Amino acid sequence: MNSLFTPLSWNDTGFILTGVMNTVTISVLAIVLGTVLGLIVGFIRAESNKLVNMLFGGLLDVLRSVPLIIQLVLFSTFVGAAGIPLDPFVAGSIVLSLYTMAFMSEVFRSGFESVPVSMQTAARSLGMNHWQTIYHIRLPIGLRAVFPSWLGVALSVIKDSALVSVIGYMELLRTSEQLISRTQQPLEILIGVGIFYFIISYPLSSYGRYVERKMAI
Amino acid sequence: MTYEFHWNVVFQKMPELLNGAFVTLHVSVLAMLLGIVIAILLAIAKMNNSKPFCYVATAWVETARNTPALFQIYMAYFGLGAFGIHLSPYVAVLSALVFINAGYLTETFRGGFQSIPSTQYSASKSLGMNSIQVYRYIILPQMLRRIYHPMTNQFVWSILMSSLGILVGMSELSGTTQRLQSLSFRTLEFFIVAAVMYFIITKLVLISSSLLSRKLFRGEI
Repeated sequence: MNSLFTPLSWNDTGFILTGVMNTVTISVLAIVLGTVLGLIVGFIRAESNKLVNMLFGGLLDVLRSVPLIIQLVLFSTFVGAAGIPLDPFVAGSIVLSLYTMAFMSEVFRSGFESVPVSMQTAARSLGMNHWQTIYHIRLPIGLRAVFPSWLGVALSVIKDSALVSVIGYMELLRTSEQLISRTQQPLEILIGVGIFYFIISYPLSSYGRYVERKMAI
Repeated sequence: MTYEFHWNVVFQKMPELLNGAFVTLHVSVLAMLLGIVIAILLAIAKMNNSKPFCYVATAWVETARNTPALFQIYMAYFGLGAFGIHLSPYVAVLSALVFINAGYLTETFRGGFQSIPSTQYSASKSLGMNSIQVYRYIILPQMLRRIYHPMTNQFVWSILMSSLGILVGMSELSGTTQRLQSLSFRTLEFFIVAAVMYFIITKLVLISSSLLSRKLFRGEI
């Protein structure tokens, strides 16, 4: 009798590669969008008064204290109920980008605030205008200081992108889950997936630690 | 928008949701405590000169830090089945969280320990303290102050990550939510309530942690 399950074969390579590509795509998209939005929000928060700050802070706090998985389910159900059902990829990227933004904005805000006021005053006294001070002094110095933290957030986004599978996006972990239910070889497949994440994540995190150590001295 | 909210369904199931929230807290507290114990051992192993212990500790830390939490949970739930070990969803999520907590906390502890200059050790010795006294009065209090906030963050992180139990059918807050919404089809209502409950839990943890830190460190932080 033929078995219900078929073992893993080379024909599955394409399927796994699709999962890999999808994971990479959504992570990169979320990191880029999250960084841009986080930069804007972080700058606004560093610049503005207490009221605006509290308003933004409260909103970002919600994004950071509710589990990503709940946010994903809530958002995709909400758009469905509102009558504009979105593709899992679109819904997933929106939620993941906003989630990334919440962490990035905090990173960038601390970066902007780490630039001493005296440095800005000095720049102004050299004849730079407000925007020149921002562009030539605050951005480069502030951003350089927070690079290791930025890298840390970006890495956690790559890992958190695995959660987008709950709303049906075929990223790496979901493809592996489907392969597992077909082949019944969970260990081999999962170890392969783990190695993939490790290969992406480990060099970057070591590099982050190296930069951090260099900056500390 | 034509969606009608029916909150009654949710409020009737409130006891079950609260029970789920209790399981969430339960599993994260347990994961934190076990994680701390293992992390202390791993940190000692990493700072030790004997190679095999150091390698094991490094492998543990790097695996925990560089792979997704969901992967760890799948590994515990599906992967261990290949060895004939079948864990219940609760144990699978717990062991995955312990694994990750231990990995992250090892680095925290090691960093905290190494941030205290060894000259302090020599100085206390020269004042006539013995080794236990040096650790008890000089090194550990300072270390605790430095690792307190990272530990709080790790605890909040494990509360949030225990929500992944939804994927292996564990009956913590999000798993209960998932089960209840599939019985009643009030997906939005149930998940909104769950989100609010997670928010309240994390805020309560953060507030009580900052109150405790004020009491412990008396504003010297």
